Amino acid sequence: MFRDFLKIDVSPLVWAVFRRHLIVFSRNWKVNISFNFFEPLLYLVALGIGLGAYVRPMEGLPYLNYLAPGLVASSAMFATAYECTYGTFIRMEFQKTFQAMVSTPVSMDDVIAGELLYGIFKSVVYGSVIIVVITLLGLVKSPWVLLAPPVMAVAGLLFALLSIVWTGLVPRIDNFNYFFSLIMTPLFLFSGVFFPLTGLPVLIQKAAWFSPLYHVVNLTRGLILGQVGIWLVWELLWIIAVVVLLFPFPFYLMRRLVIR
Amino acid sequence: MDVIVAENLVKEYNGFPAVRGISFRVCEGECFGFLGPNGAGKTSTVRMIYCFSPVSSGQLTVLGMDVRTQAREIKRRLGVVPQENNLDPDLKVLQNLLVYASFFRLPKNKARLTAMELLEFFGLADKAHERVDTLSGGMKRRLTIARALINKPAVLILDEPTTGLDPQARHMVWQRLRRLKEQGVTLILTTHYMEEASQLCDRLVVMDEGEILEEGEPRRLISKHIGAEILEVGFAAAREREIVRQLNGLIRGYQVVGENVFLYPHNGQELLKALQRMPFQLNHQFLRPATLEDVFLKLTGKKLQD
Ligand SMILES: Nc1ncnc2c1ncn2[C@@H]1O[C@H](COP(=O)(O)OP(=O)(O)OP(=O)(O)O)[C@@H](O)[C@H]1O
Ligand SMILES: [Mg+2]
Repeated sequence: MFRDFLKIDVSPLVWAVFRRHLIVFSRNWKVNISFNFFEPLLYLVALGIGLGAYVRPMEGLPYLNYLAPGLVASSAMFATAYECTYGTFIRMEFQKTFQAMVSTPVSMDDVIAGELLYGIFKSVVYGSVIIVVITLLGLVKSPWVLLAPPVMAVAGLLFALLSIVWTGLVPRIDNFNYFFSLIMTPLFLFSGVFFPLTGLPVLIQKAAWFSPLYHVVNLTRGLILGQVGIWLVWELLWIIAVVVLLFPFPFYLMRRLVIR
Repeated sequence: MDVIVAENLVKEYNGFPAVRGISFRVCEGECFGFLGPNGAGKTSTVRMIYCFSPVSSGQLTVLGMDVRTQAREIKRRLGVVPQENNLDPDLKVLQNLLVYASFFRLPKNKARLTAMELLEFFGLADKAHERVDTLSGGMKRRLTIARALINKPAVLILDEPTTGLDPQARHMVWQRLRRLKEQGVTLILTTHYMEEASQLCDRLVVMDEGEILEEGEPRRLISKHIGAEILEVGFAAAREREIVRQLNGLIRGYQVVGENVFLYPHNGQELLKALQRMPFQLNHQFLRPATLEDVFLKLTGKKLQD
């Protein structure tokens, strides 16, 4: 049982699976990207500029500058989470794409690894699009920003794992609402995207340590604002540790779901 | 050479036995059929052959390889047409074939060439750049078969290839399948159309409730169990015992089907004359060639389709 759990049968064919997703993505990437960056842009204008006019500087920064790096992290998170819940589920349940793939030399684990790669891809693309926008707005203060996309990749893997675990545990399309309202939205609100957590009750501050987005926000904000130090490495290690811990679960759950 | 060897093959779903210890062999180049009603275990069986479902117990080798340990190698040489179409709706028609080809690591140029040939062969060349959901049911089925052939498989597995198609579309698929067989492809086919089975299959097994009831060539099975013809007669009342007793010697057997009795005559015309001499009221009578459907009916007391 436990041996099955850890035995992950991935081959180079994952690249063929990933390529399939890229072909689909490239068919309407303009629409995809413009919709996805529309929402963070709304936040940037409404909160960063509108509300920001009345807000005291945060951690010594104008509100817009504080907010922008947080939105990079959160839009990467949402892009991946949508892809690896709704997207994955539709491919599995309605389109039977997984079933078609595993009738070829592709294994179920290749399919799931392909989903993870796509999740990573989405995180990097959507995170980077926002980075480009805020760079143009002059909100990026440091060349360390070049390390942000790799960080988005690791974060993307984390959010992809989380999302597919949810998909594997509660494979019903109605239940994805709960994923977003019960998990993603609280993460979005209480991970330091909009305000430092220091003003909140100690309990919430402590709880934030368990939020993956909190660590991703810290990393992106550090890199974008050039506030770098050894503490960034610890943030990264937190993410990597959780990735390692979660890694076998989506494979196990989805295998159990699809292969009968 | 035997392409597929199954011994005491069992498939259970959470303790429910869908396939209950069946054994069969498929020879190279033949068309082998699984004929049976809904729930017989046809899909469960072929899914084990194409390494989708794990075998619960028993032995199963495909092309000399064990499905338990060499799934990828086996799948490389199979073509699979599943019961439900699972074409990729996010991709165009030609792209469906090309992306599928990439799962076999076929070189791009070669894949494109094969894909165009296949679209041509299945009469879909003019649809190459259409979206999949604009195709009709018959076209989708043909495209699914074309997709299964992209890797030039040694064995093509077809799970109900023509269910839901109109007669014309069905004949078109049959014609293509016959040509594939001529080219030496081993065909494995499940169906609950007895006509399909007798049109295409060299040998078949009749399945019901997870078990194999009979095995053989379609025509042999018919002559073994029924004979050449069937005389369907309807009696006024349930008097079949009495009548059948009187017809003793003229028939090899019979089957009661609702209001009707199917008589298996030695000679249809003679039986008809004999019946007309009898003092019974016959509601109707109908002499026709015997089919696999009748074999199935005799073996199970059930019809293949409702
Ligand atoms: N994934 C599954 N989980 C549980 N039971 C299943 C599953 N798939 C099939 N079964 C059961 O196994 C039995 C055989 O099903 P199978 O699909 O193999 O039949 P079939 O001969 O292909 O029927 P049909 O002609 O309807 O396609 C049925 O009783 C079915 O309910
Ligand atoms: Mg079936």
